[in-house]
Amino acid sequence: MKTEKDKNNSRREFLIASTAITGGIVLSTFLNPFKSIAEAKSADSTKDTIKLNDKNVSLAKDAEKWWGFGFDIEKCIGCGTCAKACKEENNVPKEPFFFRTWIEQYTEKNDGTLKVQSPNGGIDGQTQAVPSEDIFKSYFVPKTCNHCSKSPCVQVCPVGATFVSPDGVVLVDEKYCIGCGYCVQACPYGCRYIHPEKEIADKCTLCYHRINKGLQPTCVEVCPTGARTHGNLRDKKSDLVKFLKEHNCHVLKPHLNTGSKLFYNGLSEEVR
Amino acid sequence: MPKQLTRLIIVFLIFISLFLVVRHFLVPESFYKFGHYRADALKDNEDHQVKYIDAAMCSACHTDIDSLKVSGPHKNINCQTCHGPGYLHVEDPSKNVLIKPTERAFCGKCHSLNAARACNIIKQQDIAQHNIDNKCVECHNPHQPQP
Repeated sequence: MKTEKDKNNSRREFLIASTAITGGIVLSTFLNPFKSIAEAKSADSTKDTIKLNDKNVSLAKDAEKWWGFGFDIEKCIGCGTCAKACKEENNVPKEPFFFRTWIEQYTEKNDGTLKVQSPNGGIDGQTQAVPSEDIFKSYFVPKTCNHCSKSPCVQVCPVGATFVSPDGVVLVDEKYCIGCGYCVQACPYGCRYIHPEKEIADKCTLCYHRINKGLQPTCVEVCPTGARTHGNLRDKKSDLVKFLKEHNCHVLKPHLNTGSKLFYNGLSEEVR
Repeated sequence: MPKQLTRLIIVFLIFISLFLVVRHFLVPESFYKFGHYRADALKDNEDHQVKYIDAAMCSACHTDIDSLKVSGPHKNINCQTCHGPGYLHVEDPSKNVLIKPTERAFCGKCHSLNAARACNIIKQQDIAQHNIDNKCVECHNPHQPQP
């Protein structure tokens, strides 16, 4: 009789204890909204800086630099020098289909149809395939990574191998990437590819090795017409801010809310 | 506290601490420094070789071409746009000679007639018709092209 009672008691104790634990966990979730307060306090202590080429780059929120691109469609002549130079500078495989930047030629025909062509990314030069009497409008669109601040490719990476750097550049960690290709699928602009030799994701780095040494990205440097601009969005005197002031600029696919930092002047609605 | 529960807690604690130890060795040192990534990857990206050098380095030696170029319509064009990356050339100019593209197709990359090119931005010529037997550079000096 006594043993049976003990047994009952222990079951009661167990139930009380487990309810207390579960209740505790549930209650602690109510503290979640206050998390930011705790983090704000600790943020001061973790306001760490990294030494990058003798320049200190602090955390994103108060970073001095926030890099972006500005492309002028009205000035682009589709010579493909940018795409070629990018491949040279960044050891991108020479065969077609692997590009960090490329040129597309859009041709709107009189019958309302659209033809988009980009033979070898425009590296060998572009030729107009549509007879001139059928052309309503034609223009070149240079494409590259949009360096989104709310980047879809970063969100899907399962290992944390791709990220938005403190100065707003979307980069790939070559040593950490497992080459699963999720980011290639996720990028709405088609700006990533799997490197055939390294078997990792590769993309435009906004020439991170150049911009931190005070140089322009290669594509900006070699563009013969100055169709490409690059600069710091937080510096009101930078080339890019000047470009944005003087032109009416748009980003690609704004409805996706990717926070794109590649601004186009003269962007037509047809461009995707 | 019942014996079984104590044992269970001990087992759990061992598992959790084991997990934390394994995690400590698997997570790279600079991970989480700025976010969910390795902060050292920034340095890796920054350490790449610069191949397209500063154009000021070209004009430091090639003063004659530079002075010719500044008065022509090609004045804003970087030397390496046509001649390719110059990082090896500046190290040893005699060994690493840069390319001098003279083919008609090369000039045509910019100057061939195309409806997508704005007339006010670039002068265009139908390279399939215009003086087809000669190279462009025989009449037009690329460093100071005249119409």
